[in-house]
Amino acid sequence: METFLELFDLLFFRNALLAALLASVSCGIIGTSIVSRRMVFISGGITHASFGGIGIGYFFGFSPIVGAIFFGVLSALGIEYMSKKTEVREDSVIAILWSLGMATGIIFVFLTPGYSANLMSYLFGNILTVSQLNLRLLLALSLLVIVVFSLFFKTILFVAFDENFARAIRLPVDAINYLLITLVALTIVLNIRVAGIILVLSLLTIPQTIANLFTHNFKTMIFLSILTGMIGSFAGLLLSWFFDIPSGATIIFFLVLIYLLARIVLQIRISLKIKRQINTEHETPKTIL
Amino acid sequence: MEKLVELQQVTAGYADEVVLRNINFTVHEHDFIGMIGPNGGGKTTLVNVILGIIKPMSGSIIFHPESSDRRRRFIGYLPQVSRTDKKFPISVRDVVLSGLATGQRFMNHSSASDNERVQQVLAQMGIEPLANKNIGELSGGQLQRVFLCRAIIAQPRLLILDEPNTFVDNKFENDLYLILRELNKTMAILMVSHDVGTITYYVKSIACVNKTLHYHASNIISQEQLASYNCPIQIITHGDVPHTVLRTHQH
Repeated sequence: METFLELFDLLFFRNALLAALLASVSCGIIGTSIVSRRMVFISGGITHASFGGIGIGYFFGFSPIVGAIFFGVLSALGIEYMSKKTEVREDSVIAILWSLGMATGIIFVFLTPGYSANLMSYLFGNILTVSQLNLRLLLALSLLVIVVFSLFFKTILFVAFDENFARAIRLPVDAINYLLITLVALTIVLNIRVAGIILVLSLLTIPQTIANLFTHNFKTMIFLSILTGMIGSFAGLLLSWFFDIPSGATIIFFLVLIYLLARIVLQIRISLKIKRQINTEHETPKTIL
Repeated sequence: MEKLVELQQVTAGYADEVVLRNINFTVHEHDFIGMIGPNGGGKTTLVNVILGIIKPMSGSIIFHPESSDRRRRFIGYLPQVSRTDKKFPISVRDVVLSGLATGQRFMNHSSASDNERVQQVLAQMGIEPLANKNIGELSGGQLQRVFLCRAIIAQPRLLILDEPNTFVDNKFENDLYLILRELNKTMAILMVSHDVGTITYYVKSIACVNKTLHYHASNIISQEQLASYNCPIQIITHGDVPHTVLRTHQH
């Protein structure tokens, strides 16, 4: 118990915890939009495209996160623009950007002299080495996402549900879409530190999928996702510390565990409900006509 | 009669494909127009042009909102239900509420009067008990009613319906036509349909769309007219009553 409490005295652990909680907020809100609009593949494209920025950052000696933001946001806007043109296949464009980003990243990392162990933390995440800059950016992002969603919640919801109808009643569909895809890109890039390029998408989808088991309301889904994300990342962080295993992977492992448990609990509840219904029909057959 | 929407020499399509050519078409107040034509003939494209979702390649589209009541929306729209993602986490109440949203007014919450309006229109369609349900729990007919609520909640002057009779049972279809007749007293209606048989019985006039548009000022099209207009529509027969469309009937 003592070591458990001592853990919170460590600055880097407190930073990691703060990063995890902030990640849960931005991922909870943005992830709900991604899952509801079936944008998971687009998000995968943006995630991997941003690796190009990381590689270029390494090569030219500036912050890889800045490079990733640049690449991520540009590819997000590109995908959104392309998807409006009916003559291109959206999924193909995403696949091209996906691999182009990865290829650029690999080439520049290869050209950078010396092996960078730090690079692994971009691929697999390392929340324990999160920088002050990254923490501030995560905080700013969370605030930005909260402000945007509180101001335009209904409009975002209506555009997400039925774009054609939203256009017909002259809602600012394009503006909302560009704004959202930019927020998606920022959320992904800034959370790469937490879970890494390969795993970050799960922070944006697993909490939502768990939440979706219990609610079909967009707003409730956001709050439940944030809560699930916080529980998952907190528990995952502790477990990774005690067992000395990679934090990002542990968080995701724990989230999937919650998902499986939730499914089982839900399944048991449903079968009990059905059983009860059958039983009541047996006891009072005359009331059911 | 007052003009609502006027299309002059409109050519429209997507990217490198022209779907509609030189369309001249006017919707007046109190119109009840049935729009028919083969698949791929451009019905939905024409609807999208009128809605402003796609811009015409040439020609002009003129709206006449000058005399309209500012509290009423100009166009109400019911899209094809098959395009709806039924897994989307949204309640019936919110779907109907979206019919009141406007570009000028960013809605982040709904006012008491908005909610009251939603309640009223749900009651009007007889689906009040569904208000808090998720759209994934509804049947095809129920979903169509919800979309109709959304389309009419802002009391549009022109109501556009894109194939409202797909995926619904006969009972709902009959209900729908009765509801539309009632609505037609206060708004013009433009209804796209693939089912030529039923539509002609209820509408006042027919627009036949197949790359170009032919307007029939009545709801009766004769065999000769069909032939001369080169209007390749399929006539649907209902059991012992063949070719309902072609039968002359008194009003």
